[in-house]
Amino acid sequence: MTTMSSQLNGLLDVETVSKDFPILARTVRGGNKLVYLDSGATSQKPNQVLDAERGFYTRCNAAVHRGAHLLAEEATDAYESARLTIAHFLGAVPRELVFTKNATEAINLVAYAFSNATAKSAHGRALPDGADRFILAPGDEIVVTQMEHHANLVPWQEVCDKTGAVLRWLTVNDEGRLDLDDPEHGLESVITERTRVVALTHQSNVLGTITPVERIAQAAHAVGAIVVLDSCQSVPHMPVDVSSLGVDFVAFSGHKMLGPSGIGVLWGRYELLESMPPFLSGGSMIETVHIDSSTFAAPPQRFEAGVPMAAQAIGLGAAVDYLNALRSVDGSKHGMAAVSAHEHALTTYALERLTEIQGVRVIGPQEAHDRGSAVSFVVDGIHAHDVGQVLDEMGVEVRVGHHCAWPLHRRFGVAATTRATFYVYNGPSDVDALAEAIVAAQKFFKVI
Amino acid sequence: MDLESLYQEIILDHYKNPRGRGLREPFDAQVHHVNPTCGDEITLRVRLDGDQVVDVSYDGQGCSISQASASVLFEQLTDQSISTDLETADAFLALMQGRGHVEPDEDVLGDAVAFAGVAKYPARVKCALLSWMAWKDAVAQSASAQAHEENS
Ligand SMILES: Cc1ncc(COP(=O)(O)O)c(C=O)c1O
Repeated sequence: MTTMSSQLNGLLDVETVSKDFPILARTVRGGNKLVYLDSGATSQKPNQVLDAERGFYTRCNAAVHRGAHLLAEEATDAYESARLTIAHFLGAVPRELVFTKNATEAINLVAYAFSNATAKSAHGRALPDGADRFILAPGDEIVVTQMEHHANLVPWQEVCDKTGAVLRWLTVNDEGRLDLDDPEHGLESVITERTRVVALTHQSNVLGTITPVERIAQAAHAVGAIVVLDSCQSVPHMPVDVSSLGVDFVAFSGHKMLGPSGIGVLWGRYELLESMPPFLSGGSMIETVHIDSSTFAAPPQRFEAGVPMAAQAIGLGAAVDYLNALRSVDGSKHGMAAVSAHEHALTTYALERLTEIQGVRVIGPQEAHDRGSAVSFVVDGIHAHDVGQVLDEMGVEVRVGHHCAWPLHRRFGVAATTRATFYVYNGPSDVDALAEAIVAAQKFFKVI
Repeated sequence: MDLESLYQEIILDHYKNPRGRGLREPFDAQVHHVNPTCGDEITLRVRLDGDQVVDVSYDGQGCSISQASASVLFEQLTDQSISTDLETADAFLALMQGRGHVEPDEDVLGDAVAFAGVAKYPARVKCALLSWMAWKDAVAQSASAQAHEENS
């Protein structure tokens, strides 16, 4: 096995990278080394990000986009230059980027554009030009997939409840891929003239599956539907260029990509953002305010009500700089291509190590192609909670449960799985620790 | 803390050989409780006779802690008076929420003292309490149904 792990190609220099993450130096339960395999839930933060946040507070803290004094100017510049950095990272322009609290809020922002436009139009109230694309009628359809995180499912159920639209979904096959050619639940039968929205994940947070976004977006656009992509598990892990994906909206969270908590991003095609009514309303998002009515600022300000999370945005900008600067040990790749190659190598190795343990079943693609690094599995005879407990006792921190994808777990007939996710600071020895801890759990619960 | 003190032999034994499992007739109330963070579920029925709890039957799925705790509950709370049971249930709740600082009273708790170690793992407390919360709910529903019958 050790020969196998030393043959992995495309790895980052994990030892050097780890030194940037102070938390990785701590020990856990009984003095064990921390093996953090829960970056899919949230990633750890490097000093560079922590310093950027602290630097904002110690040098130029002020309310962004309010006031005209020097600090307010500097704070606004720092905030807007973070937007620029993140826009470049995504192949976007800054005005198409809205800062939110997290991906959940970003998705809700789009979902509320639909329910708000529908409600306002029902009362003949003012809407931006082009808002008819967001007005839903009973019988209109919203399409999701069976592998969505609750964050990209429940908001659409809510829109349906408020507008009379109908929810439909693409199903997942036994391998853990979308069943696009299924005669009943495939692309052709689910995406129809009635489809107004297609909301899907770019990479499943449970199965690791990378979805064929371009094909689905094409089918959706052919019937005039709007495509919303949940990129929570793709933007942190692989190069994502929104200008070539063919979707209309992209949502992700900063905290899963080395950034702080409390910052998320919604990217949207500008003409769509322009035609959307506001989500949260109040200060900073207005154009004029009278006692009985108001008009709203252009995007992205229209969707950034209140004093924004400036330090977090700046921290996320620093995280993007950090990711861009990473290099493969062999020098072959840099930036997100290097991150993706690193995770691909680890995933390949993890799948190999896990599938050779008797009684362990990986839920999701068994091979690393078109697949990210989320590896979820069941251990025969041991509930995921109990697996996780033994792993935790050995310092291996994984996620257990349904990972906010309950319908997907039902699809596979399991109540809960154990999930390991890998990131830039994980190396082959972490995969070894995982495999050894699983066997220890099997021994503890006497299933082998 | 080590694993052995969390997973005491009594717990593992109840997990592997659950007592009183399976839903039985007759019953006065049935409840269904879930732990939304992990998806563990239990369906639980109680049968009262006056102020006596004459049967607790249950079915569900979940981790060793949640399953063993339902089995221990069956043993501790069947064939007792409601008031004795409520005392036991309150003691169990206090133990679970005590973060390891509550000294368990074996006379009140019986085998349920084995869960003392769980209190030090806040993430697992909900697992241990799933069936006990379901039981309290079911007893309250049965008692109010009984009161309703007597009044009508
Ligand atoms: C695929 C996916 N979508 C959405 C989310 C929601 O992200 P957040 O909780 O940061 O809003 C997550 C993470 O929890 C996720 O993995």
